[in-house]
Amino acid sequence: MSVRRPERPARPQAEEAAGPRAKAGVAAWAIPLGVIALTLAAGFGLELWQGGWWALLAIVFVCVVLLAQELEPRLPLRYRGAYQRVLALGFPLALLLVWEWLAGSGVLNARWFPPPSQIAVALWELTVSYDRFNRSSLLGRPWLLPSMFAESGWAGVQALVRESHVWATLSRVLGGFVIGAVPGVLVGMVMGLNRTVRMMLDTTMSAIYVLPKIAIFPILMLVFPNPFGEGPKIAVVAISAFFLVAISTMAGVQGIDKVYLEAGRNFGANRAQMFRHVILPGALPIVFSGLRLALGTALIVIVAVEFVRADRGVGFMIFYYWQVLVTPRMYAALAVVMALGVALTALLQYVERRAMPWRRGSDGHG
Amino acid sequence: MSAKIVARAAEKRFQTRQGWMTALHDFDLEVAEGEFLCLVGPSGCGKSTFLRILAGLDHATGGEVRITPGPDPKQPLANVVFQEYAVFPWKTVLANVAFGLEMRGLSRAAREATARRWVDKVALTRFVDYYPAQLSGGMKQRVSIARALANDPQVLLMDEPLGALDAQTRAVLQEELLQLWEESRKTVLYVTHSIDEAVFLGDRVVVMTAHPGTLKTVIEVDLPRPRDLGVMATPAFAALTGAVWEALRDEVRRAMAEQA
Repeated sequence: MSVRRPERPARPQAEEAAGPRAKAGVAAWAIPLGVIALTLAAGFGLELWQGGWWALLAIVFVCVVLLAQELEPRLPLRYRGAYQRVLALGFPLALLLVWEWLAGSGVLNARWFPPPSQIAVALWELTVSYDRFNRSSLLGRPWLLPSMFAESGWAGVQALVRESHVWATLSRVLGGFVIGAVPGVLVGMVMGLNRTVRMMLDTTMSAIYVLPKIAIFPILMLVFPNPFGEGPKIAVVAISAFFLVAISTMAGVQGIDKVYLEAGRNFGANRAQMFRHVILPGALPIVFSGLRLALGTALIVIVAVEFVRADRGVGFMIFYYWQVLVTPRMYAALAVVMALGVALTALLQYVERRAMPWRRGSDGHG
Repeated sequence: MSAKIVARAAEKRFQTRQGWMTALHDFDLEVAEGEFLCLVGPSGCGKSTFLRILAGLDHATGGEVRITPGPDPKQPLANVVFQEYAVFPWKTVLANVAFGLEMRGLSRAAREATARRWVDKVALTRFVDYYPAQLSGGMKQRVSIARALANDPQVLLMDEPLGALDAQTRAVLQEELLQLWEESRKTVLYVTHSIDEAVFLGDRVVVMTAHPGTLKTVIEVDLPRPRDLGVMATPAFAALTGAVWEALRDEVRRAMAEQA
């Protein structure tokens, strides 16, 4: 009857286990290192890179994995966390370095796969410059904010915000997400609680849910007075979010253990109390996994819509720089999409931790 | 002493795909005010069904089942300590214990003062702000017991509350439960499948027949109170558990034969 703590393997055991394996350990180190050396020598010496670079990389990758696995149990426990971070961040870094080198040495066609350094330069240029032809910029040139505000007040600030690709995408994603997710949670709750409503809506919802939302974009353009404005773009994001959130909320409500509902009833909870104290918190974990999915889908949908019909937004950037064949900038825009995805997910995870404090530091039950 | 719980010819029938099934049939029982009554029977004999009817989670399809209300209309009739760990994972220990009081609309200060007192009584003072996921099974079940008692119901219903615990934790909690009960002497209906537990805790042990459940026999437990675990080593205890087993054995066999 004590507080549970994460188990830690006892240190002496690990050392004991390493002892008898010392002899095998030498081979485990030497063989992968030798293979890496041979591979690199063959690559450079025999010019094997040109045709079989991917096979050589695969061999090196396997050897690095073998070496890392030999290394890990020998590390003192206090370095394990740092080691895991090195693996997690080191791999993408290594990938970029290999890419840089392959593109630089001409193995990869730099026109279609520009080296990461060029992409980084393009990203920097996009950040600090203003595109006169499209009358737009990546972030809306925030360094101009004070002077524009002094010159023409809030109208100036709005003009800067309007020229920004990132703000265009972000406002569509966030606006559509909120407009879709809030009713999604409400409808999902009703569907979870009321059998009749569930039976009536479930099939229809499932059918609409699997429909690619970009396919209904033309209809939405007809529905709104300004087909080229923000309305249809936000609406298509909202619709995508709505069905995902509604369906997962319904599942969350239905998945609540019956014993919690009975406990609520036995202790005299009325309908409102039942909802507030039992149903809402009980469904919340599944609701949040629905929200996470919906956020990712919202980003996918908005990039697709911006390909088709927009003069602002990161999706527009990707498509535009592909059309004009400025590939480093196209990749820079792709990197921006990834950064947006990571940032939005982190934001949602922050909200999730705040909303469900009972899941922090727990072992995952309930 | 007057009867706190009365069941007369109680009947519970369920509709299943195979037709109607009788869970409880012609069941008569009287539980006196302040009595600790244990209900044992083979699995599926309707003992949990009877408890659920008393808890207001189910209703009898025939006969009469009632709890005689006390003088204070605000005092809740019956609260349940559930079989599994039914404490809310999203509430802290304190909020769980205060749950019933919160549902009854007590002010935050009042309900937390009462809840704190009960958290102290079940020896969870250090864990008052913990969430259930951070507690062991025995601690969770203490929270569940405190949640029911803090609400001060007229009748305490316990549905195999210690069934999921390991033997040692279970023994400790049985003793703690008896100590808590000695302080309040509430009417308790305790459903269990452990004969030892029933004899150790109860004033009377009611043995039920296999499906459909009805009363088979009642065994008076005349062991002196307050009891501790030492009583289990006495010949009187052995004689009582023997008597309960004698009554139960044929029913368990019948239940097993029916399920096979």
